[in-house]
Amino acid sequence: MDPTNTSDPEYFHKVVDCQYACPAHTPVPEYIRLIAAEKYTEAYIINWESNVFPGVLGRTCDRPCEPACRRTRVEDQPVAICRLKRVAADYRDERQLAEYIPTGPFAPNGKKIALIGGGPASLTVARDLAPLGYEIHLFDEQPAGGGMMRTQIPSFRLPISVLDEEIGYITNMGIHTHYNTFVSSLRSILDKDYDAVFVGTGAPRGKNLEIPGRVEGIKNIHIGIDWLQSVAFEHTHAIGRNVIVLGGGNTAMDCCRTSRRLGGENVRVVVRSPFTEMKASPWEKEDAMHEDIPIIDNHVPVEFVVENGVLKGMLFEKVRAEYDAKGRRTLVPTGEPHVFMEADDVLIAIGQENAFPWIERDLGLEFDKWDMPVLNSVTFQSTVPKLFFGGDAAFGPKNIITAVAHAHHAAISIDLFCQGESLMNRPNPLTNLVSQKMGIHEWSYDSVVTIDKRFIVPQADKKETLKNRKLEVELGFDEATAFREAQRCLNCDAQTVFTAKRCIECDACADVCPTACITFTTNGDETDLRSRLNAPSQNLTQDLMVSELLPTGRVMVKDEDMCLHCGLCAERCPTAAWDMQLFSYYTAKAGIVVHG
Amino acid sequence: MSYVRPKFRHPQLPKNKLGYTTREYEGSLSTLCAGCGHDSISTAIVQACFELSLEPHRVAKLSGIGCSSKTPAYFLGQSHGFNSVHGRMPSVATGAYLANRDLIYIGISGDGDTASIGMGQFVHAVRRNLNLVYIVMNNGCYGLTKGQDSATADVGSKSKAGSVNPFEAIDLAGMALELGATFVAQSFSGDKTQLVPLIKAALSHNGFALINVISPCVTFNNNPGSTKSYDFVREHMDATATMDFVPLQSVISAEYGEGTKTVVTMHDGSKLALNKLEAEWDPSDRVSAVRALYNARLEGEVLTGLLFVDSKSTELHDIMQTSKRPLNSLHQSELSPGNEKLQKINSVLR
Ligand SMILES: Cc1cc2nc3c(=O)[nH]c(=O)nc-3n(C[C@H](O)[C@H](O)[C@H](O)COP(=O)(O)OP(=O)(O)OC[C@H]3O[C@@H](n4cnc5c(N)ncnc54)[C@H](O)[C@@H]3O)c2cc1C
Ligand SMILES: Cc1ncc(C[n+]2csc(CCOP(=O)(O)OP(=O)(O)O)c2C)c(N)n1
Ligand code: SF4
Ligand code: SF4
Ligand code: SF4
Ligand SMILES: [Mg+2]
Repeated sequence: MDPTNTSDPEYFHKVVDCQYACPAHTPVPEYIRLIAAEKYTEAYIINWESNVFPGVLGRTCDRPCEPACRRTRVEDQPVAICRLKRVAADYRDERQLAEYIPTGPFAPNGKKIALIGGGPASLTVARDLAPLGYEIHLFDEQPAGGGMMRTQIPSFRLPISVLDEEIGYITNMGIHTHYNTFVSSLRSILDKDYDAVFVGTGAPRGKNLEIPGRVEGIKNIHIGIDWLQSVAFEHTHAIGRNVIVLGGGNTAMDCCRTSRRLGGENVRVVVRSPFTEMKASPWEKEDAMHEDIPIIDNHVPVEFVVENGVLKGMLFEKVRAEYDAKGRRTLVPTGEPHVFMEADDVLIAIGQENAFPWIERDLGLEFDKWDMPVLNSVTFQSTVPKLFFGGDAAFGPKNIITAVAHAHHAAISIDLFCQGESLMNRPNPLTNLVSQKMGIHEWSYDSVVTIDKRFIVPQADKKETLKNRKLEVELGFDEATAFREAQRCLNCDAQTVFTAKRCIECDACADVCPTACITFTTNGDETDLRSRLNAPSQNLTQDLMVSELLPTGRVMVKDEDMCLHCGLCAERCPTAAWDMQLFSYYTAKAGIVVHG
Repeated sequence: MSYVRPKFRHPQLPKNKLGYTTREYEGSLSTLCAGCGHDSISTAIVQACFELSLEPHRVAKLSGIGCSSKTPAYFLGQSHGFNSVHGRMPSVATGAYLANRDLIYIGISGDGDTASIGMGQFVHAVRRNLNLVYIVMNNGCYGLTKGQDSATADVGSKSKAGSVNPFEAIDLAGMALELGATFVAQSFSGDKTQLVPLIKAALSHNGFALINVISPCVTFNNNPGSTKSYDFVREHMDATATMDFVPLQSVISAEYGEGTKTVVTMHDGSKLALNKLEAEWDPSDRVSAVRALYNARLEGEVLTGLLFVDSKSTELHDIMQTSKRPLNSLHQSELSPGNEKLQKINSVLR
């Protein structure tokens, strides 16, 4: 293999597994260290810079970072990255925060932007662009901003006050909000004097289930996301005693848990697929089951049973999953008789779709065969140059953090566009690498690796939370537990940096490494090298760091996979050929225009 | 501040016949200087014991005084250990071995501990063929007392401070051969491919097994002009043969079939497969070993690898026909011969 080019920041970026997996590349280990140091406000601001809604995301994020966390390679559970984010939000000091969060008024730059939809995507564009002097107009049909964070995510998971505070930080920047305003024509907006327009209208349509009885039972059969919205806006206050929720995603989990709080006693979730293949996150399933909601898998809906205009229940066909050679699944009926389940109300939560009925089709805006706007996946620009998309409206329903990440890219594009720059002239991330050495066994990060298991976030009493749909279930970590959980982080951004010309090949590093990451051997191609390392090297998603040729004709090969970032290699190296260096990586933001 | 070794290990570490990984053979974290050759030898011992599937509780580690003699704290943390007095490890080992022949004994010493203060003890352990693996971590200096020249420092070798050693060196391997040692090898701490099979072979040997390992002292004797530095040893290393240790019941694979192949069958049935690099050398011919060693010295080379093995050697207990069982397993009936026998013995003496 060629020597690894560690001067390319993308190499070390990939080593910080959580940050790399986060769509917005939040500097996770950095905020976790700040939490351990009780610097909650600073930890909050690190998050706020990257993901805009730390308080919201610390409760609701889909957390793609956690399955990626390095800790899962040496033990069962990742660091509670998400719930530590909430710690930063819970213990932040509002007064100190005011020093960091820009409030304006900002010197106008003469450009005007329209944002359609007021969800996390549009709000992020607003936050990124307002401080640069843009005049920003945000339109949403709802009476307040937040999009699905407000209309869909139930208050027992996300209190409205938390959402209001974080939306407030943005709208206080002088955003012109036009709530209760449904945009019924994109043309009407494009025709106005906006320099650029951003569409962040989400994926607002819940999928329907057209099977017999659907029309007859209409009064008691609801589309999940519409029903949740009507609960959020206090139009719906009750549900029947017997409830069936159809679907295996997170919406189904919110529907069933909300039903429990609105009078549903016999609430069941029924899914077509096997339990293990449900789309809902494991923790959402756990929380539902904890609230006495059984999840019945391998049942396909056949019919709504309606008698004399009254919904009585549903019929299901039992199936089992079979897989072909390519691993594709088919659900095969077991042949058993159909199963009847009693229901006063049914909630359909089987997926969401995009819908753009308010967009005229003669604007020069191209749509693809799925009726989605054609977009550049880097710039988020549509085929109408001044029109940009982001969030669920761009590539279909995802989650909040993805909407935020899209919006950062779109904001950069809008800024470049308005400044007359090429959209491809995108700013680089801000990166740095700084030695952490303070003494022979002394590093400026906590290099000791704890063996604590993941701490559990305490919950409020179920008797109380089931009575009040606005009472938050999770209580968050106290400070002492937060500290210990923070200590579980391995500081993957403390990088092992190798300087071949200093190495005397004493083997001390290879001998001391607890996880046998380091091998000195003759060079070869990647597969060959991986087969000759001191420990098995099976995780091909993790890179090998290969040094230049050493005097004995060997190379140093480090498998990044199992590195604990404990720094022992650097401590045992007599010549400082290894050094632990803190790597920082901040994704580029709108406003850094690169002229070139 | 670290200096704490994380508890986590690579989850897919290979397991030996006992179901153990190398973890079960580790000791505590070394406190020697970073980069010390002795630490590499400790790792090689861990690897060898792991590969041989030795039960840690059946091993006893013995040492004298010196940085080298500290290393038993850094390997085989679950085994027995005795850190004795400077130069006195051989007599403690002799006592322990005579009391309990069932344990596997590993003696660790330094060049100071062996070739200076301990010389008198060393030579007797060799000539008695004590069943012990005797590893000298040879750095040509007294590391622990800050790097004074030792008796194995080569004449003309320059110290870190710049002084040149005026005395002839003691060649421990040559001396052991002279004294009738039944297993003699030399190696380099920086070459585990050679060292690990040598340690395994020594552990399988029935009798005294010396491995003299050049082990650079990074702090006091790794300077230009020193003949025990990493650079010097790498440039001047020569080997009798490349060797593979083939455990009992394993088949010697074809790749050893090439070259000048010599197979030595050890006392316990395991085999040493050697690809000879030295033409007129034969591992079972003591004179050829002495000659090869001497030739290498004339050429300014360090001869490493297996030098000599007598796989049919008779070790101390068998020479003396002492108890076949550990003393701690003997019962009163065996220890006290009874009045009748005593009278018989007494009558002979009258
Ligand atoms: C039940 C449920 C639970 C969820 N839970 C989570 C969770 O826990 N974590 C997570 O990360 N994600 C969750 N999601 C997904 C997440 O809410 C969305 O991915 C995210 O809100 C998308 O953001 P957005 O800005 O693209 O659009 P949205 O949040 O959908 O906001 C779009 C806004 O635009 C408005 N709008 C639409 N069309 C127009 C128009 N023509 N004129 C004016 N206004 C318009 C809408 O009213 C809405 O307010 C959940 C989704 C659902 C349905
Ligand atoms: C009876 C006695 N005399 C002298 C000493 C001082 N002393 C301690 S270690 C040592 C030399 C150790 O050299 P070596 O055996 O080569 O070990 P190294 O530290 O080089 O590994 C000496 C002379 C002592 N501890 N005890
Ligand atoms: S251990 Fe810490 S830095 Fe490493 S992936 Fe997990 S949270 Fe991120
Ligand atoms: S920091 Fe160094 S010693 Fe620690 S696990 Fe990583 S490579 Fe091994
Ligand atoms: S400890 Fe340092 S000098 Fe020794 S082999 Fe490792 S990198 Fe090279
Ligand atoms: Mg010494």
